[in-house]
Amino acid sequence: MTDHALPLATRRRSAARQRLSRWDARVAPYLYISPFFLLFALVGLFPLLYTAYVSLHDWNLIGGRGEFVGIENYATVLQQEYFWRSLRNTLSIFLLSSVPQVVLAILIAAALDTSLRGRTFWRMGVLLPYVVAPVAVALIFNDLFGDRFGLINQALGLVGIDPVRWHVDVIPSHLAIATMVNFRWTGYNALIFLAAMQAIPRDYYEAALIDGAGRVRTFFSLTVPLLRNTIIFVVITSTIGGLQIFDEARMFDQAGQGGADRQWQTLTLFLWQTGWGQQNFGRAAAVAWLLFLLIVLISLVNFLITRRIAATESGGRR
Amino acid sequence: MVYAFLLVVLLASVFPLWWSFLIGSKDASAINAGQVPLLPGGNFFANAKTVLDTVPFWTAFRNSVIVSGVVSFSVVAFSTLAGFAFAKLRFRGQKGLLAFVVATMAVPTQLGVVPLFILMAKLGWIGSLGAVIVPAMVNAFGVFWMTQYLRESLPDELVEAARVDGCSMIRTFWHVALPASRPGAAMLGLFTFIATWTNFFWPFIVLEPGNPTLPVALQQLQAAYYVDYSLVLAGVVLAALPLIALFVVAGRQLVAGIMQGAVKG
Repeated sequence: MTDHALPLATRRRSAARQRLSRWDARVAPYLYISPFFLLFALVGLFPLLYTAYVSLHDWNLIGGRGEFVGIENYATVLQQEYFWRSLRNTLSIFLLSSVPQVVLAILIAAALDTSLRGRTFWRMGVLLPYVVAPVAVALIFNDLFGDRFGLINQALGLVGIDPVRWHVDVIPSHLAIATMVNFRWTGYNALIFLAAMQAIPRDYYEAALIDGAGRVRTFFSLTVPLLRNTIIFVVITSTIGGLQIFDEARMFDQAGQGGADRQWQTLTLFLWQTGWGQQNFGRAAAVAWLLFLLIVLISLVNFLITRRIAATESGGRR
Repeated sequence: MVYAFLLVVLLASVFPLWWSFLIGSKDASAINAGQVPLLPGGNFFANAKTVLDTVPFWTAFRNSVIVSGVVSFSVVAFSTLAGFAFAKLRFRGQKGLLAFVVATMAVPTQLGVVPLFILMAKLGWIGSLGAVIVPAMVNAFGVFWMTQYLRESLPDELVEAARVDGCSMIRTFWHVALPASRPGAAMLGLFTFIATWTNFFWPFIVLEPGNPTLPVALQQLQAAYYVDYSLVLAGVVLAALPLIALFVVAGRQLVAGIMQGAVKG
């Protein structure tokens, strides 16, 4: 049946419907993606910019906005001893958690990548800690790392090591907090690496075998370079998370200030304490921006270093 | 060799949880005596009762269920809609907008807590669950995840066929895209649920002591009973149980989800 055979009214209706359909096709996509953009504008972009505005004012939690003070908040923060101490702690905890975590995750992935019995069982096993909340993890490890009767100190005692003062000394407290972070994320990252390893074509391994490369050699000169992108991905995500550690440090003792001498106060904890402890929002906002810049900076350095290492490794062997 | 190594890893991931049950089932005197317990004691229910009396546990539990449930549902719904648009529809600025979504993943939104708090105070939402739910209702990761998923699992021809048959966009979404997105959406929902359930920083800032989520309630428990670890860890066990149960049921999907995300991402 051709158009001419249709009554006029039907033809008009179908024309109108076509217009409607075209309009629908043009507008619908924007409509469907709008929730994300609206919410991001409201809780992502606006807060980030508004943080800059707040940081340039005297601003109290209860009293609200005061005078414009320019960069005074930044200057004050940069002169605070605890700021530098929390910067040091953050970097130290970050290194202690991310480096061993990535190395261990790759090793676990390599172990899971062999022909195992009960594959699903082992994979689920390493993922279990992921479902435990960081707050709960922190409470459990707090007990394990107890200074007097903690299980870890008792175990160290069996091999003749004096009790470590986990909640007093700087490096031990960082180690304990990093352990909590590693406990929760190592298995998760191992599965990411495992997936990437399984994407490596098996004939690469056969070729390496024929060339006479041993298992260890194959691992370092074939597997690791081919994991390059995944390593970059994991390192960058763990950087963003690692520099914002809060839960574990907050829960490491009852007071939640990061230790009597701020031995394990992280930057996010410092931010929280400035904003909600001292009720100084202007200064807290300045801390937030400094932390943001630090994250951007370290992510960038990270990216460059990881790319360089991975590039030289794969390039050198080819 | 490989089995021995994995066994050590497995023990390391299970032991702390077992330990919290061991300690959580003792009474304080047994622990302070400094012995290492090997078997659970008989005190778990007594400890659990003290926990329930000390912190508003059931309120926290209900709140965690509501917050995690609503957030997961809304993240899945909005992400699937947006993912459908990005993966299967054509519109001006599509590439740029998707790149923007991906770029926002690198922005740590946590750092906006100060103005977000000011905003919530203006709205009068401090202490209410809305302050926790609304900012989390959709995120870049979800949109990206569903875009990737639909790109691979939904054939273009299906969408075109539906359009030629005269389906409106929303009906095409409902009858064609939604069924195809189900496995990916389920995984996204699971991960969002876990992330929301375990989230502490923002709820801790914006909620009030009488109306917490579970992690916030655990913090209160620690504040109340710092020295008595049998009580604190009994609370930890209670709070961790729901997610461990979820893990037993859906652990397989979680493993698959992480491995899929890695290949695509």
